[in-house]
Amino acid sequence: MTGEMQGYLLYALSLLSLGGIYAILALGLNLQWGMAGLFNAGIAGFFASGAYTAAILGTPPVAGRLGGFDLPMPVTVAAAALFSAAIGWAVGRLCIRLRTDYLAIATIGIAEILRLIVRNEGWLTGGSLGISGIVRPFDGLGPPRADIGYLAVVLGCLVLVYIFVERAGRSPWGRTMRAIRDDERAAAALGKDVDAFRLQAFALGSGIMGGAGALTAYYFRFLSPDATEPLLTTFLVWVMLIAGGSGNNRGAILGAFLVWTLWSSTELVTGRLPADWAANLAYLRVLLIGLLLQVVLQRFAGGILPERARR
Amino acid sequence: MLAFVNFYLIPGVIVGSIYALGAVGVSLIFAILRFAHFAHGDLMTLGAYLALSLVAAAGLAPFLALPFAMAGAIVVALVVHRLFYAPLANRPTIVLLIASFGVALMLRSAIQLLWGVQVETYVQGIQRPLVFFDDLRIAERHIYIVLATVVAIVALHVFLTATRAGKAMRAVADQPELAELSGIDRKAVVRQVWVIGGGLAAMAGVFLGIDGELDPNMGWDLLLPVFAAALLGGIGRPYGAIAGGYVIGLAQELATYPWIGAEPLLSPGYKSAVAFALMVGLLLWRPQGLLRGREGT
Amino acid sequence: MRILEAQGLIGGYGAMDILKGVDLFAEAGRLGVVVGPNGAGKSTALKAVLGMLELRAGSITFEGESLGGLSTSARIARGIGAVPQNDNIFQGMTVLENLEMGGYLVESPLAPRIERMFAIFPPLAEKRRQPAGELSGGQRQMVAMARALMAEPRLLLLDEPTAGLSPAFRADIFARIRTITEEGVAVLMVEQNAREALAIADTGFVLAAGANRFTGSGAELVADPDVRAAFLGG
Ligand SMILES: Nc1ncnc2c1ncn2[C@@H]1O[C@H](COP(=O)(O)OP(=O)(O)OP(=O)(O)O)[C@@H](O)[C@H]1O
Ligand SMILES: [Mg+2]
Repeated sequence: MTGEMQGYLLYALSLLSLGGIYAILALGLNLQWGMAGLFNAGIAGFFASGAYTAAILGTPPVAGRLGGFDLPMPVTVAAAALFSAAIGWAVGRLCIRLRTDYLAIATIGIAEILRLIVRNEGWLTGGSLGISGIVRPFDGLGPPRADIGYLAVVLGCLVLVYIFVERAGRSPWGRTMRAIRDDERAAAALGKDVDAFRLQAFALGSGIMGGAGALTAYYFRFLSPDATEPLLTTFLVWVMLIAGGSGNNRGAILGAFLVWTLWSSTELVTGRLPADWAANLAYLRVLLIGLLLQVVLQRFAGGILPERARR
Repeated sequence: MLAFVNFYLIPGVIVGSIYALGAVGVSLIFAILRFAHFAHGDLMTLGAYLALSLVAAAGLAPFLALPFAMAGAIVVALVVHRLFYAPLANRPTIVLLIASFGVALMLRSAIQLLWGVQVETYVQGIQRPLVFFDDLRIAERHIYIVLATVVAIVALHVFLTATRAGKAMRAVADQPELAELSGIDRKAVVRQVWVIGGGLAAMAGVFLGIDGELDPNMGWDLLLPVFAAALLGGIGRPYGAIAGGYVIGLAQELATYPWIGAEPLLSPGYKSAVAFALMVGLLLWRPQGLLRGREGT
Repeated sequence: MRILEAQGLIGGYGAMDILKGVDLFAEAGRLGVVVGPNGAGKSTALKAVLGMLELRAGSITFEGESLGGLSTSARIARGIGAVPQNDNIFQGMTVLENLEMGGYLVESPLAPRIERMFAIFPPLAEKRRQPAGELSGGQRQMVAMARALMAEPRLLLLDEPTAGLSPAFRADIFARIRTITEEGVAVLMVEQNAREALAIADTGFVLAAGANRFTGSGAELVADPDVRAAFLGG
């Protein structure tokens, strides 16, 4: 394989892997927003808490930082999901019965606090140095096989999460959830414990986001406070879900891959431009993605794959 | 004691003023349009940068650039409303929140495009504070900030309680349908809300720049304390929002004072967590806000 | 003179029609009363007149001109006043401010009109600086009506102005409504207390399931055995 060919292959693999991770995030958000109508503006916070959990648990010992557990990936990803779910549960306990706007604001707060902890608690997170030395499962194979292997891991996780949320959505639990979203009072009148259902959906969604965070930490093999720009992660996931079709899991996945392809292919363009142009174009594309969201909200309220009317 | 006043109390009042100005807008927008305006912080940033352009181009003092910055932010707020919020008028209000989230990112990236990402200041060099009674140090700019905030709040109060338009705004906030049945033009009220909200946001942004420096994230970073202030005051209640702004500003600065021993009570790195902690505490204790808030919805 | 003529109103809030053919009219200086069971569509019919409802069919004329296509505020500006069933006062505003909002579209000075309202509803005079939300139930209803009257409408629509009031207060409110009518205003009032309301009505409309069941003079309806059996509890 020529160098150029391999370059394109690696690019495609990276696109698909990150697209897959975003798809998982979008599924998590779909559980919260699409099914339960719970607004989460702190996706990055749940994502980061999962990423750091996995990074701390999955790396060999380093002086001056908690860690050295060197646990295998399946364990760390599960732990990341559990930890983020626990945070989601705690936030939900406090805020779930408030109106949506308040929950939205509270989730910004959680993301902010997690960001502060990551920045200030060097003994835990490595501070601004971050955490390096994260080893992917197939790294021994060398590129591009290691990347193919990792893509398989990501897609495997995506399929698992998809099956899980689809099943959950079709189950009596999912039907109740949507009933609550559409008419809270009627559901409460039927004797459903509205807050408990919402709390479950919020914690589950947060857990899924944490798992996606863990996958990202492995993907980059390195984690730093600004490895992911928090606001942008949150925002991109929202655009993905809304564009794909909130309430529809396939829509969420499709939206994630589409928006991610759009997003990173513009990076391909900007990467070839002179440096100062490149920087400007990077901002321009945020502007355009924002515009895309507005167009979808105004013209295609249901997204590409709107939620099917069930029952 | 004077160190306490100079380094904790005064900064608390200053950020409190800034939060109050932002929170009033958030609160009014919520009262009339019923959504949490996520782009409010970026409206502040915009105001700060508009003033920067005038300061740099015309050599104006930041305080003199303020009216122009306010006018510019008002125009942008009205245009944003027309393009991105008004078309969603018949949808659930949460859709407006999502749209405003998008607008926040759009405004920020536009600012990054137009002004770049490097940190800027209005005035170079050290500014000497005025010294009163030997040791009480108050920077001139801080005096202006507080005075201007007081003037803005009094003007708002007069508007809301003594003018026809202001009362109509309160009426729409109180009972939108009944306001319509009284012949009040809701669209006009909405426009006025953006004029007030946008203007005060620009003011807050310029003051933030005067007090420190400008960077494209400055407004978004303020969103949490500003929302917390609006919530603390019982969202939808402008006077509550002002009180909330000062409570959060003071709490945030005073929490880093070495109350016990020589160490700061709270590490300054966690300052912005204070707003969140207060907000969550309040939501648990009194979901309707510090003052008696509006009920329902 | 029929100042309002609404015919064949059909429409609702979504796919389902709530009004299935309602006719209403109002005459200057006369009191029309609309009665019927809960959910009959009484409030909905008033909303239709006010333009707060999409109609699929029917015509509404006010003072000889069609109201079709006019917004609510345009209808208010034409001279229609309304007191909705719920949320009919600005709770956080003072009595005086409530009246001022009622006179929002009035160009002349409001002071004489406000004094007139205090003459019609004397208990409000001393409460003028109190938030309306802090008043008693009867006084709130007075504020609600006074707010609507501030614009000196030629047609006044009242949706259950005595809801939740004791019989004594109800009689009091009815008396004031008669006063308003006598000044030449056309009043159309929805009432739960059908028997009492029809007794003072010039015209009565009995609605059920979104359509007129009986229409006639108040006295006729009260005397009609069918109306009595079905709607007035025998
Ligand atoms: N905003 C609305 N959206 C959907 N349906 C509504 C709405 N308002 C009323 N309805 C329905 O329309 C029907 C008629 O309601 P309406 O309020 O006109 O009844 P009403 O005769 O005034 O009854 P009541 O005596 O209880 O006031 C009811 O079945 C009600 O559930
Ligand atoms: Mg009714």
